[in-house]
Amino acid sequence: MVMIPSFPIEFFVVALGIVLLLGDAFFTGLDKKTIAYMAIFWLGAILVGTFFLEPTPLWASTAGFYEMDGLAMVFKRFALVATILTLVVSLEYAPVVESFIPASRPGAGLGEYFILPVFTCAGLMWMASAADFVMIFCALELVTISFYIQVAYMRRSLASLEAGTKYLILGALSTGFLVYGITWIYGMTGQTGLGGISMILGMVPEASQTGLLFGIGLVLVAVGFKVAAAPFQFWVPDVYQGAPTSVTAFLSTASKAAGFVVLMRVVQTFVAAPALAAKLIPVLSLLAGLTLIYGNLAALPQTNLKRLLAYSSIAHAGYLLIGVASIGAPFAGRAVVFYLIGYLFMTFLAFLVLVPVSKATGGDDISNFNGLGRRAPTLAFALLISMLSLAGLPFTVGFLGKFFIFEAAMQQHHIVLVVLGVVTVACGFYYYLKVVRAMYWLPAPDDAPPIEVSLLTRFVAAFLVAAIVILGIFPGPVLNLLP
Amino acid sequence: MSPLLFLILIPIFGAAFILAGANARFTALVASVTNLLFLVVLLTRYELGGEQVYQFVSSWPIVPSMGISLTLGADGLSLVMLALTVLVTLAAVAVARTPEKNPHWFYASLLFISAGGLGAFASIDLFFFYMFHELALIPTFLLIGIWGSGDRQAAAWKATIYLALGSFVLLLGLIGLYLIQPDGMRTFDLRAISGLAKAGFLPEANWVYLLLLIGFGILVSLFPFHTWAPQAYASAPAPAAMLHAGVLKKFGLYGLIRIAAPILPASVLEFSNLLLVLLIGNILYVGYVTISQRKLDLMLGYSSVMHMGYIFLGFAALNILSLTGACLMLFAHGLSIAALFALSGEIRERTGTLDFSELGGLAKPMPAFGLLFGFAAFAAIGLPGFVGFAGELLVFFGSFVGGDLLMGITETGKEIFQLNNFQIATICAVWGVVISAIYMLRAYRRVFFGPVADRWAALPEISGAPRIAVAALIVVMLVTGFFPGLLIKLIESASIWS
Repeated sequence: MVMIPSFPIEFFVVALGIVLLLGDAFFTGLDKKTIAYMAIFWLGAILVGTFFLEPTPLWASTAGFYEMDGLAMVFKRFALVATILTLVVSLEYAPVVESFIPASRPGAGLGEYFILPVFTCAGLMWMASAADFVMIFCALELVTISFYIQVAYMRRSLASLEAGTKYLILGALSTGFLVYGITWIYGMTGQTGLGGISMILGMVPEASQTGLLFGIGLVLVAVGFKVAAAPFQFWVPDVYQGAPTSVTAFLSTASKAAGFVVLMRVVQTFVAAPALAAKLIPVLSLLAGLTLIYGNLAALPQTNLKRLLAYSSIAHAGYLLIGVASIGAPFAGRAVVFYLIGYLFMTFLAFLVLVPVSKATGGDDISNFNGLGRRAPTLAFALLISMLSLAGLPFTVGFLGKFFIFEAAMQQHHIVLVVLGVVTVACGFYYYLKVVRAMYWLPAPDDAPPIEVSLLTRFVAAFLVAAIVILGIFPGPVLNLLP
Repeated sequence: MSPLLFLILIPIFGAAFILAGANARFTALVASVTNLLFLVVLLTRYELGGEQVYQFVSSWPIVPSMGISLTLGADGLSLVMLALTVLVTLAAVAVARTPEKNPHWFYASLLFISAGGLGAFASIDLFFFYMFHELALIPTFLLIGIWGSGDRQAAAWKATIYLALGSFVLLLGLIGLYLIQPDGMRTFDLRAISGLAKAGFLPEANWVYLLLLIGFGILVSLFPFHTWAPQAYASAPAPAAMLHAGVLKKFGLYGLIRIAAPILPASVLEFSNLLLVLLIGNILYVGYVTISQRKLDLMLGYSSVMHMGYIFLGFAALNILSLTGACLMLFAHGLSIAALFALSGEIRERTGTLDFSELGGLAKPMPAFGLLFGFAAFAAIGLPGFVGFAGELLVFFGSFVGGDLLMGITETGKEIFQLNNFQIATICAVWGVVISAIYMLRAYRRVFFGPVADRWAALPEISGAPRIAVAALIVVMLVTGFFPGLLIKLIESASIWS
């Protein structure tokens, strides 16, 4: 088999982004959708290419700030898939965006809407490999800054602008925490590389431990903002609801996943020292518990599906944090990654259905889905699968994810977390089934307009349904990919 | 490849065809008749007392590193439960009335519930045993919510959330059972776990048993976790109530008998007093609540909760007699409650009400209906001649000798006569028979006898598919009631006797 020499595939992604930007600038007559199709095609090609990389890259062992291990590889593919899915949702959502941006002629100004996710993708992929705090910081900023623009992209929508401002201010705040935390860690260990830190960790004198812990705590706060862990979650509902739906989908999956990769790398480095582990694990458990309670309870009364998905993304961050807090269990890392992959599929499926329905009915309240089971049976079925998977019903990938997480947590004797997890799962059944109820129990309004769905969306939705169900029965293929 | 896989796949494919647009009722009937015939063939191919306890076994590894595999297989007890499932499924599909609203989803949901039950009873792997049961959760939610009656939305929410919570508690119990196994040998294969338990490799794990008891208990409506059941069954359309009360609710008790009894017997005995108190709550407290019901559907819902108490008693006593009785009762109660819900659904179709104060004298316009209802009610009470009688008798005999006996002559020659907790519980449970006789007969009298109101004077007699289906259920109960040996032989060959 022909192997591609392994150099950072992020270069390809950045190159793709630049080429597309230039193309957008020079070929002004081009239909902007062509840009999106090209981006999807080439990202797909790069995704396929990742399976033909040389197994032992040169860079991995030498530089120390760029890790090319199994975890990194999985998350690079994750970022690529998430970006492709985002572009598919963007294509569906483009008419709405278009109506909210000032343009001299139809379609102008949409180019960057399709190209920015490509740059975000590059940032995400770098972040997956980042093994040095400097690198982590740079990658994280590339992701966050490109998100600032995307969230506020609909310039004439007040909600989008408000979301953008909120995201900008809180994002900047969390960046401050991150830098300050990194400074403390550097000050206490003299290292920014995670490998270097873990080597020196055993030699850190007792007196410096407090400072080190302070630094780790600040980093946790920053990452907590990124993954939407309580009590750093308050930006999430408004931003998710106000942002363009495609960006919301991207933000709630890829950005969260990136946060969890960083979290896992950092936590794995520091829990190696038993003294630190004894203090870190309880903090993580506390975060997990708070996030679970807040996310699930706050989701209960929601009537807007986009906002519901925002709270549900907080709730899922809680389950993922249980997995991170159980990092000592041999399966915990894989459980978190598996959960993230499942979460990616089910969330995107929900957004894929949400966009055409809200376009047709003029809103994304749950009541806009009334009677969808009869109006658009296939769309309703797709959303049914997505909701059931989010709720954690067996034979879907969501259930297996929760199962692996709970298994790891019980192995680590996180009894309280597991009990909380089970109680909140029951909450989850309530608010996810509210959507199912609207679709199947309640009648559609008489003047309901027909719902149009593009062929690409149909195809991708069918693919996601199949992925959710098949991975829910045979997780083997994905589990084997994982480190 | 295991023929059991086809047993599960037939209703799933049936449901898929229906959703794809095939004639709903016809396809559902064909699928359930095929399944019944298929099961009869399986029963004839099953070797009683064969070398292998589990037969028709095949296994597909799913997550080898965690010992999860899709392993299907059946022993005598599984076959009894599978027979119950296909019988009740066929009866439910037969009595179902094609609704105007979304008929395809209606029949597909029924078949999905059936597939879930079949999968659970045919799984040897605990992971899939659990997963298949959950397959029925959403169809039940849809069935009650869309086609139910009365306060259907509240009932559907309550039942679904209760069941979801119960099943996740159960999941923790199963994970616990997995984690107490020695590292490196961990598996979800029931045969392997029983083997480990027999060889003494499993430590005492009361917490695992308690999780299993609460998890399964919520699913079976063990007192005080029973409040979801009566309302849900009262609101559900008749076929859904038949399948859920008749088949799915048995899953929890089946699980306890199948898992807890052979693997964690010490814990079962340790917590027997707790369980005895709860099950007496089921029998006496819920029994009295049942007497006070004013509507037939709610009364049947409560009675189905109450009868679970006897089966729990059979499980708690943990001896051969009582467990055999419990298994018989699983079968007996499934059939009798299915017949009763079918009939009460038919009454609702005709009169639009199930309120005792509005009904009366229905036997006059519909004598055959009255006869069938009478038979079904007698079967539910456990009159001799019905399989329920055999089950109750064995449970009572078994539980009366359960625990450490406090009767006899001591070493010093003193004679003592003292009842232990099992015997006290048995005595209370026998009272339960009287209670169920009171409410069943009273309901029978209120609905079918007395003066008939003018508006009910011309009600159409039960006929066609519902008549045949209910009659068939009653015939099966009578045949197995007079010849319980047929079932007992099968149950004896099961793997629960360690």
